[in-house]
Order: sequence, then structure tokens, then C-alpha cells
Amino acid sequence: MNDMIKLTIDGLEVEVPQGATVLDAARKANVRIPTLCFLEEINEIGACRMCVVETGARTLQAACVLPATQSMVVKTNTRRVRHARKTVLELILSNHDKKCLSCIRSQNCELQRLALELEVTDDNAFTGERIEYPLDDLSPSIVRDNNKCINCRRCVSTCYTTQAVGVIGPIDRGFETSIETAWDTPLSETACIGCGQCINACPVGALREKEESPKVWKLLHDPDKIVVVQTAPAVRAALGEEFGLPMGTNVTGKMVAALRRLGFDQVFDTDFTADLTIMEEATELIGRIKNQGVLPMITSCSPGWVNYCETFYPDFIPNLSSCKSPHEMMGAVIKSYYAEKAHILPKDIAVVSVMPCTAKKIEAGREELAANGYPDVDAVITTRELARMIRSNGINFLNLKDEDFDNLLGDSTGAAAIFGATGGVMEAALRTAYEIITGETLQALDFHAVRGLEAVKEADVKLGSLSLKVAVAHGTANAKTLLDSIRAGEKTYDFIEIMGCPGGCVNGGGQPIVSAEERLRHDPRIYRAKALYAADAGMTYRKSHENPGIKRIYEEFLGEPNSHKAHQLLHTHYTPRNKYKYREKSVS
Amino acid sequence: MRPRDVIKTLKDSGLRGRGGGGFPTGIKWELCAKSPGEKKYVICNADEGDPGAFMDRSVLEGDPHALLEAMALCGYAVGSDEGYIYVRAEYPIAVKRLEIAIRQAREYGLIGQNILGTDFSFDLHIRLGAGAFVCGEETALMTSIEGNRGEPRPKPPFPAVHGLYGKPSNINNVETFANVPQIILNGAAWFKGMGTKRSPGTKVFALGGKINNTGLVEVPMGTPLRTVIYDVGGGIPKGKKFKAVQTGGPSGGCIPASLLDVPIEYDSLVEIGSMMGSGGMIVLDEDNCMVDIARFFLDFTVDESCGKCTPCRVGTRRMLEILNRIVSGHGQEGDIEKLEQLAESIMDTALCGLGQTAPNPVLSTIRYFRDEYDAHIRDKHCPSHHCKELLHLEITDKCRGCTACARVCPAGAITGESRGQHVIDTEKCIKCNSCIEKCRFDAIIKV
Repeated sequence: MNDMIKLTIDGLEVEVPQGATVLDAARKANVRIPTLCFLEEINEIGACRMCVVETGARTLQAACVLPATQSMVVKTNTRRVRHARKTVLELILSNHDKKCLSCIRSQNCELQRLALELEVTDDNAFTGERIEYPLDDLSPSIVRDNNKCINCRRCVSTCYTTQAVGVIGPIDRGFETSIETAWDTPLSETACIGCGQCINACPVGALREKEESPKVWKLLHDPDKIVVVQTAPAVRAALGEEFGLPMGTNVTGKMVAALRRLGFDQVFDTDFTADLTIMEEATELIGRIKNQGVLPMITSCSPGWVNYCETFYPDFIPNLSSCKSPHEMMGAVIKSYYAEKAHILPKDIAVVSVMPCTAKKIEAGREELAANGYPDVDAVITTRELARMIRSNGINFLNLKDEDFDNLLGDSTGAAAIFGATGGVMEAALRTAYEIITGETLQALDFHAVRGLEAVKEADVKLGSLSLKVAVAHGTANAKTLLDSIRAGEKTYDFIEIMGCPGGCVNGGGQPIVSAEERLRHDPRIYRAKALYAADAGMTYRKSHENPGIKRIYEEFLGEPNSHKAHQLLHTHYTPRNKYKYREKSVS
Repeated sequence: MRPRDVIKTLKDSGLRGRGGGGFPTGIKWELCAKSPGEKKYVICNADEGDPGAFMDRSVLEGDPHALLEAMALCGYAVGSDEGYIYVRAEYPIAVKRLEIAIRQAREYGLIGQNILGTDFSFDLHIRLGAGAFVCGEETALMTSIEGNRGEPRPKPPFPAVHGLYGKPSNINNVETFANVPQIILNGAAWFKGMGTKRSPGTKVFALGGKINNTGLVEVPMGTPLRTVIYDVGGGIPKGKKFKAVQTGGPSGGCIPASLLDVPIEYDSLVEIGSMMGSGGMIVLDEDNCMVDIARFFLDFTVDESCGKCTPCRVGTRRMLEILNRIVSGHGQEGDIEKLEQLAESIMDTALCGLGQTAPNPVLSTIRYFRDEYDAHIRDKHCPSHHCKELLHLEITDKCRGCTACARVCPAGAITGESRGQHVIDTEKCIKCNSCIEKCRFDAIIKV
């Protein structure tokens, strides 16, 4: 314990390891220091100056980036500190639109909360020029409103470091500094992959999803439309947080009940087509291995990742599984199989996807995803949008009695449940591939090597006589590391799962927003994944091919996995994309 | 001399950083030398950006070899084999001469591999600044060399521990380095023979403004301001009255006549609310409005703020807006207090030196010329008759009706019969002063 650092914070002695910051030490001493630009391990730049403390130095110091040193004496709540913090906050407010009433982040806004905590009594303590910024709402997934931006740069760091995309950054300087794309083009004309991680990083309402709930309300109010909804595996693990339930509460039953109250005609489960994806993908993998196809095969469930691959690693397009993502498969199946069964014309059906994801909004607009002559999916709303719809409909979510998904496309397995966590698709695929290849029943279902939050997970898996080298990456920066190692010839794999968001879909760009401070206590990637693994463990069926609905759809409709009909409905193709999309425009 | 002897000589000499901070150079080198790490960098800050200052430029253009020699000495002392000179692109001659000097030094084996047959190697690169004042801040400078947007990083960790590319680095300004070879040649005692105990040596100032002899001035530390202004500078032109001297560039402050006998030293200047800075010295006379001077310097720092931290990005801007309204006659009771409150918070919370010192010109003028602020705010009057919007031109009864003023007025604001009293329509008057210059009878006054 010799290299522990002892320091005093507000008179309390505390010991921290070398490398700890004063903010870390304060947390350990149970002293709360307000922060705003700080996002652990992602944005540690000491820019906003909310966390300043007295250390005996000439000026106040930002606790979030100040290394703790031996015998340091820190004061966090002196008159000087309180005055400085409040002034800094009032200055931020003087350049903020303060339209809290109509802000999507009201009551879930770190700036609003600080104003309350620091007892700001005059939200116009400083007045002066405010620059009016145009709204950038041309992207199908993300809306940028710089009138609310506080220049904390959490989005910038997230885009650069966790996603290795880097399409936004500070431009101009001084008071004119704003977070923009290169050449101020709309986000839609950049290499943005639509993952929405920037939204989750934003402490205020400067970034939000492009809302499609108005479109969904319109569909629900249209008497001529049969409106069918489906929900992704990760939604149920997080929706409860919007209604005050602890992180990691599984609210499947209440969610289904709420969707019925909202007026959806059928409530189907994307978990069903997650199982279907496994049938198709495992079969595709085995085919590629047997027929010397392109390996490693890489999963294609995550549209953020698919966008990333097409834009930054187009040479890996042949490696992408041709399987559509589960909700697109569901859309295609609803407008064919369900339409036939229910004697409804596909044109009269609207498919709404509730997704943890903002990239799905871009995906749904892809022209190639229209198997029946109509878009497979008509509207995509995020978990957050669903919560807002439930609230605005006056539904008392917490008191709802659990209900089940509708029959036809509502069955699912534990394998599908874990799709929402990083490594889940891999694990689900391995469970099924094992039994297809060996013809034996898999005894140990849990593949622990592919679970968890390690940046890149690797495993050698024995499927009978076949030995598979697999890898799992989550967050596109980790995907970049993995792909670079393959490009360099340092690594070879047979099968890879990549999810665009860190932690997988449970931490998708459409999920309930967790404040920077709450993230320190409860990592949503861990808690929400736990809910999914618990669901898996408690299911009757835990392998996709055991799903009775899946057996039925192949018997009645699709034939075999990878059959001609399956290919027509459930598979797709990809296109290389220009990183500098504004150029495409200027050329044409 | 062993590396530690070089450092000891430098420490003994008492040389302090000439870039503004006044940190003891020997101690800085020692920190870097002791910092663990195989790879270390020596950096020269030649991003001289204070308006009107060109001390470093004169060294870069006049004696670039002094700098190269000092940087090699520094490399030897701290254990570095690579240096960067970060010079502003607006100094093309300096850049050209540096390039020539580096080439010459390489030819003579004074930099490069195995210098003078020893096992010490040291080479240099030039990096051009892109016109951002903040890149003179050492961490912003290093961030810029690394190819990123020139923005400061929090300190600690200091460059000696975590500098360029995360390696221990020693960074000094041009003038500091230029002192080093002479100190090594002549010894610490020689250097200490000049200047004062706390600030040995000499300092170069860029003397400008309302002064007869403008240009670069080198004086021993401790010389009183009065000597520099009246003896070296030759006093104020046109018999005007001295009002203040602004030292330390946009981060410095204004020193009034009552303090002209203060010796020029790092610490004494800070005590009276200004600073040495890199050596800018601008003399102001009775025609200068001190509120407007504060506004001028703050306008510079607002423009040059990088925008990273809140207090500098927004706070200095809010201060500038208050000053703008004061000089335009819209000042309100409480504005001075608001300026002081903002200044206090900005100095206490800004991320780097630029923001922390930006309020200095405002605070020092409030401190010594508060009555001018009061006159602007309460009486809507600029005592120096400088602020146009608070100014009226009037024709007194000295007017002989010669009509010269009416003919020169570009706004057609002056009317009057020939040989009769003329009057100025203040609504039309644009306060260009053409009439005042034209009038042979001193009949037109500013009120």
C-alpha cells in the first residue's frame, strides 16, 4: 500500500491509488463535486470548469483532471469555489436558449439539474449576444440543435474515441466556437454512421433522435391501416428506467401491454426474427466454411456497424453476412407471411419498430430493404420515443399488468434475448451451429468467453470436429482495432460479431439517457445486459432452432434456411460509401 | 561541463523566463532533466503574438545562432536529442533565417549527430504557427505541433513531465534561450551583476504608443519605468501629459503616473496589477480613454480565445459587451461591479494563462482610473474626449464666420452665414474632427 496517496478533502482524509484524480478521491470521500463536460474515460478535458476546487494553487483547479498528490489539501465548498461555479454556470446559461419547457431533455438535463443544485435564481444573470444556429435535421437519425449546445465536447470525444468516426468537432474559436461538421455540411452528408452515441453523451438537448413518433401517431389514427409493432431485445431491458424503475429491470410484459393501449393492432417480438436471423446466419456460416466462402463472416445485425463497414472498411463488405437485421426480417415476414395468414394486403400494413437504436432509422430507409414491394419497416422509434408516447397517452406504465406478445410472430428463445448484449449474437449462433454441425444436443449453453465488456473478445470454439476462431467487438473504435489487425494479417478468424455501440444494443443510441454521474455508479452496459442474460437463463427454449414459431414458419412458409424464398425475403446486399459524401453531391 | 553543471550555472544565474511567467529557467531545466523518460523534447516558443511586440523577432532575424546554441545546450542538459522551434508564420524573414542558420549549424556539426565529435546528438525542426495567439501558451503550442487544434491542456501534468507527444519536454521563449549561451560563456556571477537580486539580467521591451522614441529597448532589470519612458524613450510627444503605461501585452495592466518610479521586475509589476509579459510597453497620454484602452485589449483576447473553457469563451465576451456599452454611452449603475465579479471568476477558473490574465487590463484601469468609468456611466461623458458616441463638437463664440469648417464637413452638418456664428447639427455630425483641424481660430471644441 506504499504507493497509495493520502490527501484531505474538506477535512476528510482519503486514500487513493497513484493516477487517481481529485474527483476520484472526492467520490471516495463521499464528497460530491458537480461536473458537466466530464465523461469518464471518454471526455476528460477540464473544459467546462464546473468542478473547480481550491488546492492552495494560485487559481482554482478542475478536479476532473487534477492528479491527486500526497498530502494535498482540497476544499470543494468554500465561498470562493461556490461563487466561481455559479458564475461559470450562469455564463453557460447566458449562451443557452433556455427553452426548457419544450426541450426533449427537460428533467433529464444535466445543465438544468446543476442550475437547480447551485441555486441559480436568475437565469439571466448575464445577458448578451447569443448566436442563433440553424437546426440540422436532415439526417434520418440524429438532429443537432446548437442553440442548446454548451460546448462540453462529450459528443466530439465519443464520436472520435469510442466510435472512431470523428465527423464533428469544434470550429471557429472564442465565443464563436461551435460543434460542427467539416465545412458545416449537414450530418447526413458526412460519414456519420447514425449510431447516436453522441446523443447519449450529450448532457443537454443539443443532440436528439430524429423523431418519428408523429408519423406513428398518424398511422395509429389512420382507420385504414393495420399497424403492427415489434420491439427489439434490448428495449425491454431499459424502457423501465424511463418510468423510474431501477436500471436492469426487465419490463417485457408491461411494454407489450402499453403498446396495446397505444392502439397497435399486433404486437410482435423482434426476438422472433432474432431467432430467424440465427437460423439463416448459422446456415450461411456453415455454408461459407464448407464451400470455401469468404471468411471471416461478420454479423450484420447492427446498422451502425454496417454503415461503418460500408464507409470506412468497404473491403470487408464481402465478409458481411447477407442476413438482414432482425427487425427488417420481421418487416419482410409481416408483409408476406402474416399478411397471407391474416388476409391483409401488404399495402394496408404499417410496420413500426421500437428499437434501442438511431441507425435503424437510416436502415429502414434503404431502398433494398423492401422485399414485398413496400418498405419492410415503415417507421422506427427509439426506446425513448416509445416512453414519450406512453407518457403522452396517459398510460400509467408502472401499474400495467403483464401481457404476452401476439401469437404468430411472438415466440422467442433465450438465444434471441441475449442479442441485445455484446457477444449475444455470437453466443446464439454458436448454440445453433453446434447442434446443426454435430447433430448432438449442446449441454453447456453459456459461452462466457464472448460475454462481457472487454474491447475485443476472442475464443477458439470446438463444434464437434470443427474448430472455429471467433471474435467479438463492440463500439466501432474496437471494430476498427479488430479489422486493422485482420487487414495487417496479424489475426485470422472464422466468425466475428460486431455491434456498433459499446456494450451492444443495450447501450444503443436510442436507449434511455444515463447521466455522466449516474454512469459512474451504474454502467448501463452491465446492468441492462444482466437483465437479458437473466431472461435467457429462465427461458424454456434457449436455442433459436427450438423456437416452435420458427419451426412453423419454415414448415409453412420459408422451407429451409437459406432457401430461395428465405433469400428473397431475409437477405440483402451492401454498397461501398464515400466518406466525403458532400463530394458525391458536388460532382453530380 | 557535465549536464548538471550547465543546470547549476543556470540556476545560479537566477535567469527567469522572459516569455511572461518569470519561472526560474534553471529549475525548469532541472525538472525536465530529472523527469524519467528516454525521449525528451526541447521546444522554443517563438510564437510572439502580443500586438506591437517584436523582441523575439529581432533575435530570430538578427542572431538565430544564439537560439540554436541555447537549444542544443538545453538538449545536452536535460537529455534530449530533438527540438522544435514553433515560430509564427507571420515572421517569414525569421523563418528563412532560422532555416539558413539550422543548415549552417548542421554543416559545421554544431547540431545533428555526434556534435563536435562527442556522443551528444541533437537536431531541430521548425514548425509554423497558423496565426492563433493562444498557441503561445505552452500546452496549446505543443498540441498544435502534434497536429491538433491549438488548444491548451490542463496543468498539471506540466510539460516537464508530460509534454510534447506525452514526453518530458522543456519549453522556453526565444529571449530566455538567447540569454543562455552568454551565461554559460561568462558565468552566473557575470549575469547576476546586472539587474536586481530577484530579477537578474536585462530585459528587452518594445516601446510604443505616445512616446518620442519607439522601438526595442534593452535595460537592466530594476530600471524604473520613468527612466525607460523619459530617458530612453524621450518622453511624450507634442507636450502632452503622460497618463499611463500599459505593460505585459493584452494580459497586462495599465500603470498610472503615480507609480512611474516602480522598478521593472517580475514581482513588482504583478504587485501593482500588471505584469512583465513578454515585454510590450505602450505609453498612453491624456488623449487616451482608459475605458477604451481596456476595451481594446479585451477585444483582442476575446478574439483570440480558443473557446475551450467556459469562463474565457463566454465570460470575457460578456465583459467586452459591458465595456462596449459603457464606451457607447449605455453604461448602467452596477456595471463596474459586474465587471469586477466576472473578472474575479474568470481569473480564478479559466483553463490557461490567456483566460486567467485576460481581465487584467480591465481590473487595472478600474483600479487606477475608476473616475473615468464613473464619468462614462453616470455622466455619459468621456473625460479624454475619445469615445465618439459620448462626444459632441461645438462651435464657440470664437467663430469668425470664415465658413472653412462648413466647407470641409463631409456630413453637411455645419451651417452659418458668412461672417456669422456657425453651428453644428449634432444629429448629422459624424465626429470626424475635420472641422477642428480646419478651424484657424480654435473655435471648435469637444464637449
